[in-house]
Amino acid sequence: MSPTHRWHIALALILLLLALVLGVLAAFAYISPSLGDALPFTQLRPAHVSAALFWIITGATAGVLRYKDDVFPLSDRPFLHRAFLFLWTGTLIAVFIAYGLKCFGGREYWEFPPLLAVPMLIAWLLLMADYFRAWLRRAAAPPLYVWMWTTGIVFFLITFIEQNLWQIPWFRDTYMRELTVQWKSNGAMVGAWNQMIYGSALYLMVRIGGDEGIARGPRAFLFWFLGLSNLMFNWGHHLYNAPTAGWIRHVAYGISMAEWILLINIIRGFKGKLDEHRRHKHLTTYRFLIGGEFWVFLNLFLALLMSIPAINRYTHGTHITVAHAMGATIGINTMILLGSVAWMVRVDEDGSPARWIERGRITAMGSLLVFWLALITAGLIKGYRATALGITDHQQLMQPVQPSLVAFTIAGIGVFAGLGVIATCLLMVLRSEDAAHPNTNEP
Amino acid sequence: MRLWQVSNCAACHQLYGLGGYMGPDLTNVHSAKGEAHIRTFVRYGTGRMPAHELSEEELDALVAFLAWVDASGRSRVPDSAVHWTGTFDIPAR
Repeated sequence: MSPTHRWHIALALILLLLALVLGVLAAFAYISPSLGDALPFTQLRPAHVSAALFWIITGATAGVLRYKDDVFPLSDRPFLHRAFLFLWTGTLIAVFIAYGLKCFGGREYWEFPPLLAVPMLIAWLLLMADYFRAWLRRAAAPPLYVWMWTTGIVFFLITFIEQNLWQIPWFRDTYMRELTVQWKSNGAMVGAWNQMIYGSALYLMVRIGGDEGIARGPRAFLFWFLGLSNLMFNWGHHLYNAPTAGWIRHVAYGISMAEWILLINIIRGFKGKLDEHRRHKHLTTYRFLIGGEFWVFLNLFLALLMSIPAINRYTHGTHITVAHAMGATIGINTMILLGSVAWMVRVDEDGSPARWIERGRITAMGSLLVFWLALITAGLIKGYRATALGITDHQQLMQPVQPSLVAFTIAGIGVFAGLGVIATCLLMVLRSEDAAHPNTNEP
Repeated sequence: MRLWQVSNCAACHQLYGLGGYMGPDLTNVHSAKGEAHIRTFVRYGTGRMPAHELSEEELDALVAFLAWVDASGRSRVPDSAVHWTGTFDIPAR
């Protein structure tokens, strides 16, 4: 693996560690307001959320840019990749400095001063140039994962631009317009990085199972089309309660969550085709993919319920939304991305880190389950009291929720420990590989 | 709106159920609690909420923003708006 790829992977893992540390601190600030001066929640929350988003985006692109070297017949010229990383890393550092100085100005999840969106956009265009330079040499009928990577990269650009449209005054003429555009872009952007991550998951399944057929044929492309429909139209569930145009609500409700069902089917098909030898050879990546499948199943069940407006009326604005977001970002995205990093750094070639990574994975999975259930419990209590009992006073509303939030914080420490061990082990393997293969793209 | 973003109010508060979970949803706080309530909370804070050192003009702008959001609709969907198919009948604004 080239030094540029190593830099990309290391940056992603460092962002994951940062997100974990900031997340635990923010949770303590949340349940114990007396710590407000030492742990300022208004800074910790955006820093945690941004670090988590940047981990997912950086981890997803690290996989796509690494795997493209295997898929497209073009010699690696790292200039564009390095230029992207240089600008991307510099901008992310500026973002965290801005948060440290209480310098805000953007929208939720992207709360840094909006001027920083400019270098971020330029960095993304450099990444696109690097990807499409190789993409032009693709085979006549590329497998599905190539289309998924391409869709994800293009739609990230579109949604990133949409997310900044609020800076044009027309988009702020009415609050409904500006709210709709903001949550359209936020929702669709999740679909964009999911395309990149699931594309890499599919690529890894092909490599581990040795069956290219799962990434070809009408059934596989039907899955991609449904994922794309979700990306483009399923953002409406964020806005069920807002007086937007009715079609937004009805289309989002109708499209629902078919993408998840098809993903499970594909992974199950992959499992059936694995022979024992290959499964054991790539055990760590396989186990992370199976962990992702488990969370797809749990989150599918929750998402299907939340996509029904009559139920969403009870869950919207409660911690159930957070449970869904955590299940998706940690349970699905992070598990797949860690499996992808484990594959890239060939973690199974050295037994010791693989054992620690497995311990970390089990700790993270168990803790995440408690974390997720605590958030659902908190959301059920809040939703019932707010919607069924009609309680409007915030203190009164939240008082019985507090024990669930304490359980959520304790479980969060377990998630921190488990994922922290995994990320640290992967960084150590990356470092040792750096010494063993300083300038190569091959094992 | 600029002050809402610069002060990062969304870290703790929601509008239409979207935002942070530390404090209450403020979509309809203007009509429910009134202008004086907003001014007092922003200026002096609470056990959980920090006091914000805003000028009179800035405070006016923040109150005007919350009045603008309030006029756009209701955050809570009433029972009467739930259709038998499970969706909502909410007139678009």
